[in-house]
Amino acid sequence: MSETEISQLGGLKTGEGGIIVSKLDDLLNWARFSSMWPLGFGLACCAIEFFSTASSAYDLDRFGIIPRNSPRQADVMIVSGTVTFKMADRVKRLYEQMAEPKYVISMGSCANCGGPYWEHGYHVLKGVDRVIPVDVYVPGCPPRPEALIGGFLKLQEKIRSESVLRPKALEKLVEEKNEV
Amino acid sequence: MKFEQIKELIQSEYSDAILGEDENSSPNALIIKAESLHQVCEILHANENTYFDQLSCLSGIDNGAETGTMEIVYNLYSIPHNLHLMLKVKIDRSKPSMDSVSDIWKTADWHEREAFDLYGIHFNNHPDLRRILLPEDWEGFPLRKDYVEQEKYHDVIIKWKMDNN
Repeated sequence: MSETEISQLGGLKTGEGGIIVSKLDDLLNWARFSSMWPLGFGLACCAIEFFSTASSAYDLDRFGIIPRNSPRQADVMIVSGTVTFKMADRVKRLYEQMAEPKYVISMGSCANCGGPYWEHGYHVLKGVDRVIPVDVYVPGCPPRPEALIGGFLKLQEKIRSESVLRPKALEKLVEEKNEV
Repeated sequence: MKFEQIKELIQSEYSDAILGEDENSSPNALIIKAESLHQVCEILHANENTYFDQLSCLSGIDNGAETGTMEIVYNLYSIPHNLHLMLKVKIDRSKPSMDSVSDIWKTADWHEREAFDLYGIHFNNHPDLRRILLPEDWEGFPLRKDYVEQEKYHDVIIKWKMDNN
């Protein structure tokens, strides 16, 4: 092919020089909400729904959600099931082992508020938010896979509104200090 | 072997071991004197006509502070003879203790740990008597009638509240 012919076709395509312009916040948020890797662990019957959400019928993979077996590699913790006081210590330990940024989805009534054990369950933690901070609560007993996916989409929304360059919590703190 | 025959077998070895029987329970139960339970279990396990080789279940019962008694229920099964038998034992509630049968049936090890965990029944000669379900540092025995749950566990409030904090 001669040079003129090539230039007529729009030049050589080498793949170099491709530029995308974006905001840093958008880029970081896009990376974060496109690969929310949950910690692969379950506590009770909700875990079964969590497993089936990852099955081919519901296909969590399509959101870039891949369960990880180590808290060091995980971004999201799904508290799927009844949290007993014995387990609460361990859940907290696992949460502390995860690297920032980290998120928590509380799945099902038990993890939300103690569920059916709220009154007589002497051994059940009445809501996992008493031990670790929760970002999204998914109601249900247990929630269907669709509901859990809904929880993930809610979390995506939350991550989308985050800003690394203008952290809201810090700004609020500075504001409060200035007022004093 | 029939229920009556089993009863006769025990009586021929230990005449005062059987305190009564409970026909309402299923399978029929023999009420055994607490001190002789271990010996009774031994012959039921060893005798070739009974050969109760399996302890299906061991349960505790708290009859409450008014009656001042606790009970332990043993459910035995013989696989070769297809025989069922229930043994019941009444013990003092203020200081509940019982001889362990874990040397006869290995299953009893964890069953007795559970009864200890939830009722606080002490099993003598048990190889490893500690809590099995609840954490080591839990206070009290939850399945006792007069159990009052502790206010906090590791700085977390146990009771549910409207505002959940």
